[in-house]
This record gives sequence, structure tokens and C-alpha cells, in this order.
Amino acid sequence: MTENLNVFAVRTLTQKEYFAPGHRSCQGCAEALAVRLVAKALGRNVIIANATGCMEIVSSPFPYTSWKVPWFHVAFENTAAVASGIESALKVLMRKGRIPYKKIVTLAMGGDGGTADIGLQALSGALERGHNFIYICTDNEAYMNTGIQRSSSTPFGASTTTSPVGKVQMGQMTWKKNMPAIAAAHNIPYVATACPSYPIDLVQKVKKAANIEGPAYVHILSVCPTGWRSAPELSIKLGRLAVETGVFPLYEVERGQYRLSIDFPKLKPIKEYTKLQGRFRHLTDEMIEEIEKRIHKEYEQLRVKAGKGV
Amino acid sequence: MTKPESEWTWKELTVGNVILEPGNASQYRTGDWKTLKPILNKELCIHCGLCYIFCPDMAYNLNEEGYFIGDLFYCKGCGICAKECPTGAITMVLEEEEK
Amino acid sequence: MGKRIGMEVSIAAAEAVKQANVDVISAYPITPQTHIVEHLSELVANGELDAEFFCVESEHSALSVCLGAAATGARTFTCTSSQGLVLMSEITYIASGLRLPMLMIISNRTISAPLSIWNDHSDVMSIRDCGWIQFFVENGQEVYDHVFVSYRLAEDRNVLFPVIINMDGFILSHVIEPIELIEQEKINQFLPPYQPLYQLHPDHPVTMGAFALPSIFAEAKKAQEEALLSSIPKITETWKAFGDMTGRYYNPVEIYKAEDADTLLVTMGCFGETASVAVDKMREGGKSVGLVKIRLWRPFPFDDLKKATIDAKQLVVIDRAISVGACGPVAAEVKAALYGKDQRPSVYNFVAGISGRDVTSSDFIKMVDKAEREMEEGNKEGYEIYGVRG
Repeated sequence: MTENLNVFAVRTLTQKEYFAPGHRSCQGCAEALAVRLVAKALGRNVIIANATGCMEIVSSPFPYTSWKVPWFHVAFENTAAVASGIESALKVLMRKGRIPYKKIVTLAMGGDGGTADIGLQALSGALERGHNFIYICTDNEAYMNTGIQRSSSTPFGASTTTSPVGKVQMGQMTWKKNMPAIAAAHNIPYVATACPSYPIDLVQKVKKAANIEGPAYVHILSVCPTGWRSAPELSIKLGRLAVETGVFPLYEVERGQYRLSIDFPKLKPIKEYTKLQGRFRHLTDEMIEEIEKRIHKEYEQLRVKAGKGV
Repeated sequence: MTKPESEWTWKELTVGNVILEPGNASQYRTGDWKTLKPILNKELCIHCGLCYIFCPDMAYNLNEEGYFIGDLFYCKGCGICAKECPTGAITMVLEEEEK
Repeated sequence: MGKRIGMEVSIAAAEAVKQANVDVISAYPITPQTHIVEHLSELVANGELDAEFFCVESEHSALSVCLGAAATGARTFTCTSSQGLVLMSEITYIASGLRLPMLMIISNRTISAPLSIWNDHSDVMSIRDCGWIQFFVENGQEVYDHVFVSYRLAEDRNVLFPVIINMDGFILSHVIEPIELIEQEKINQFLPPYQPLYQLHPDHPVTMGAFALPSIFAEAKKAQEEALLSSIPKITETWKAFGDMTGRYYNPVEIYKAEDADTLLVTMGCFGETASVAVDKMREGGKSVGLVKIRLWRPFPFDDLKKATIDAKQLVVIDRAISVGACGPVAAEVKAALYGKDQRPSVYNFVAGISGRDVTSSDFIKMVDKAEREMEEGNKEGYEIYGVRG
């Protein structure tokens, strides 16, 4: 446990919830937890555009809504564009005096499919245009809502229903797309990675994103017990292990400057992470070694960027 | 109370099917999905709130005595609270058949 | 009386959008829609129009921006053509289902393949069933006028639907026509600022775009359809109010020398003006021919169409779009409108002028002659692509 997660700090968070219980996510859904924490961080003065996906479905089965803040779902691939419209409308309506001036955060939210695959173009457009909004990708590393199909965010080796383990193929044979790097390449003022296993860190990053003028991108690893074939009670532990093994490093890119949120001079063996998940059950020692090599290399590259390299 | 969707006529729907009651999902019981329920041993509880902050279902609320207590109306029984409790104050027990 | 000025129709459209005091404009360039967005960009760049203008990265995003803005309470505008419309088609259905008022002008252009930039109505026919109110206009004045009509109608609390104005690409969008401009004060009166029924704002949080289980989906669609059907009287009312202001009155279906005619040409869009010249010539030659022009395409004015055509012996329906594997889409609708009547005219259908191929007044005369010949020979429900070599 790190300095970003202590007993005292949890009690400093607001007890107000803007994402109501009664949502229909699976048991132990860390994506729902991520969304809950994001909503908590932003408070009431926010408008959310949500991509089609798990979080849209579990939170809005008509006539019920889990949302206590204004929330809008249009389609799968266009959330960043919808948010652009919301942000522009707020700007022009305040300028023309049709609604009173006040700070309202525009938040766009999508899963890894809605962000790294089908929504990438709309996201890139919105980041380039410089809208004052936050984009949050809750990454559970596959299309979970449609039944665990692979996305470009699925990690190497993971078995999904469209990257199955067969006689000649051992799960996903491509490497996870580096979405935060793609976002950072747009030279936007703020990019961060977060994980609900580190709730204080997550909340602080989202708050920071809200206070920055211009586009901000926060990529949140969200453990999915259903899709990862892991025990529901392990969702927080698995998020922590993803960080501690270097699979999902926590960092910020603020105006081009990289900063590691938590640094591990010695990463935990990746096997501690993979052995708890059914999607990696088939991995051979050779494959694990190959994955580990790549993860360590990427982690070192990140450390260099953050000014901690050797 | 919001009527379940199967009772709405087309004439009762709002324009564009907009939902006007914020957070009304809280009327929906997800508690009957569970097979295990959390039991808190108050003697071991250090009031840290990790059970509360890690609950994906917003089931935990602070009571007047300063304990976070799981609301079984929402608790889906995932067991995160028990797993993350630093003092082992929460145990998951089989929920008995009600009725 | 407003000023009468010669201007390109696309420029007139953009000027109308400015006069409608639009808040958010989002579009992606595509021929032949470009002159509209270019002129709007100039108006915004010169500070003549106070709006947020975004030239976004695709038509899909262009319309998505409009949905976000409209849901937040802004008056929004987009325009497109052809492939662009097909790319944004997914979102057209959602805009209507969510009942978000907005305006889209389509400079109608055909759809690839083969690739072609020229005019026909295939683009909008691909989203025929998307649930927007859809107008077809005949000339530049109608484009200009319908911008104000459309916003007033779209934002009416008893309507709340997005609206499409179809204008033929190049043939109409790029020609210079005399346009009578309306004084700004009159427009401000006719079109007050948009007051949304529901709006995304933290002071009154609403959930828009919830998903529906099968147990409520049919009810949601029924509500949408009833609302669209019952917009017809609202459309006529709005035209009436506009006519009272300007002296220019519009109808769902326009007729020209049609009352006593044996044969009626049925057209949509700017075919109407050429066809009326053909009707004059045929009338001079002693033929009993008239013209019916469809202005309101959705919701389809079945009653008006029936009334205008039921007494004729034969209809010659000219479609400027091809529905591969069936007949022309207008002809299909016309036939449906007449089906319930025992005594009904026969319907001969030509697909003509696709991909902008010229259709002159003499072509309309040839089509009427051909249809009449075919009918005499007993082929009462013919269909063909006009003027195709082979």
C-alpha cells in the first residue's frame, strides 16, 4: 500500500454519490467503481456524454437511471464529438446570456472499444480542436458488453471470444494499443492513467483534469471479473497487481512532462498478476517471459521519459 | 416510485424518453443477486472506510455510530469489502433463503 | 418588402442560417455542399455571426456535435451531401428518436459506386425512414425561406423533430438566383430564441438516451411516429404564418394546371420548374397534362397527394433516385397513397437525371408521350430508367 492510499485519505473524500446504486453491473465490476469515483471527483456541476457500452447499459435501462447529474448517450463511436457539442453549446449559450455563467465540466466517457477502436477518430478530432473537456476511457481490455470480444486494448496473450486459444493460436497475438501515448501525441495539456485500486490518486487526477483549461485524457484500467475470468473479490487486488507488475503504470503527462505517480524500482513478477485470471490460464512460461520482457522495457522507457531512467 | 417499463403506455412517455428523476435506479434492488453477504465484526473495525470506498455498488453507508454498514438492498455479494478490509473485520457468509 | 438580391443559392442558405441566429455549426466539407460551410466560416470569421463553428473530422462527428449541442439547448446547423450523409446516417435516426430539433441542409448528390459528385436524390433516400421532417425545395427562394420555417417548426414544443431541407446539388446549390431577403426584425419575431423542453444542465439533471428493453421499445417508437404524423398540421400552420409575413405560401403538395388534367407529371425538387415549362408546351399542343410537385417528403402527405392525383387517368412519376431492385422511391409512395381507391390512375415511373444528367423540358414531353403510348398498349404500371443507352 502506498502513500496515495491511506486510511485517513479515504475519509477525506466526499460521501456524496452522483452515481446511484441499483445499477446493473456484474459483481465486483471495477469499471462501475471507476465511474463512481469519477462522478464523486467531479461533483454536481458536470454534464456527461457516455459511449455505448457496459456503463451505458448498466446505468440507463429506461425508466431507471443511475445518474444524478445530466447524462447523455448517443452512440458508440462519437462520444468525443457529442461532448464537443455540449462544451460548445455551454460556451455560446453563456456568452449570449441564455444560461447564467458558471463552471460546468464536460465529461466524455467510453470503454476501450469506444475509445481505442471505433471512437478513436472522433476522440482525435475533439482533442485536436482543443475543446475544454475531459475524456475518460474505462479500459477493461475487451468488448465485455457484447460478450468478451478482443479490442485493440486487449493485452497480448489474453483469451477472448474472438481471440480464443486454439491449436495454432494462443489468445490475442497483438500488443495492447498505447492509448495514453496517442492522446499525449495531440499535445493536450493533461494525460493521466489511473486505476480504482488507487481511489485517492484517481480522484485527484480527475479533479486536476477538470481544473485544466483544454482537453484532458484520463485512461483508467478497470478490472472486469466476467471478462478476465477472475474472482469478483479480487478486482481491487488485480488492479493493484497490474500497477505493481508494470503492466499498467500510473503516470501523468502534464504539458508534455511525464511524471510517475508511483515508481517501482523493482517490479513484481508478472505471473502474480496473470495467474489470478482465467484469460491467461493457457500462457506458457515462455510466453510469460516474452510479455514480461516487453513490459519491463516499456516501463523503463516510461521511467526515462519521467526523468528517472538509468 | 417509478413504474417498471412494462407498465408504461406510449402516451405516458416523455418526449424523447428523457428520464426526469435523477438517480431513480436506487429504487431497483440488486441485493437479490447475491449468494454471500458481508458481516461486520465491529470489534475488529478500525473505521478506515476501505469497504465503503471500494464498493462498486455504493452499498456502504456511514451509520451514526461511525461504522460503515453494507446495505443488503444493493449489495451484490462480490466480496471486495471482505477481501480489502485491512483487519479482516468483514466475512462473507452464505445468505440464507429468505421467505 | 425585403431586398431582392441576386446570389448563389448556397450563399443564400448560409445567409439564412446567419439570420436564424444559429448557436453551433458543425460540418465537414463535401462537394457540392462546400459553398454553404465556406460562407458560414467567413461570417463567423468576420464576426457577423456569433456562433461556435467547427469544421470537424467527419460527417459522423458533424452531426454528433449537433446532437450534443442541441441537447444542451443550442440552435444547431449542419449540412452535407452524398457519402457524407450516408456516413452520418446512424446518427440521423438517433436525433429523431431523441426528438432533438436541428436543421440540416442536404445539397443532394448521388452515392458511389461509381463515384460521382453530381446531383440526384439517392443520398437522402438512404435515410428516408430516419424520422426527420424532410422538405424538397424547388428554387433558391424556397431554400432561404425554409431555413426559418424549419427552425420554427423543429423547435415547436408540439413538434420537436430535426428537419432536412433537400436542395439539388449544383443544379440548385450553385446557381445564382434572385432572392428576396427578409428584414432581420421580422425574422426575430418569427423565430424567437430556442427554448428547449429538456436540456442538459446541472440545475435540473436529466438522463437522455437511455436504452429500452423490448417491453418498452414499441411504445417509444409509437410515441415517435404519432408525434411525427401529427406534425403535419403544425407544418401547414407554420407555412401559413410564414406566408402571412412574406406573402409566400407553401403547401405539402403543389399543383400546376392539374385540376382537369388526364395525365399528371409528379416530381420532387427542382425538376418542378423544368416540368412546368414542359406542361405549358404540352398544353399549347392541346394535351391535357398537369404537374404535381411534392414538397413535403416526410411525413409523407398521403391525403394531399391523393387529393391532387386521384381524378387523373395517368400519373407519370419522375424519380431522381434509383432504388436498385425495386422502382423509384417516390413512385412507390405514390402507388401506396392510391392503393386503397377502386378508381385510381395508373402510375408510370421513370428514373431520370441520376448523377446530374440533364433533363430538359423536351425530355419531360418525351416521357409523357412514352408513358401514354405504353398505357394505350396496356402497360399501365411501367418502370424504366429514362434515356439509358443500350
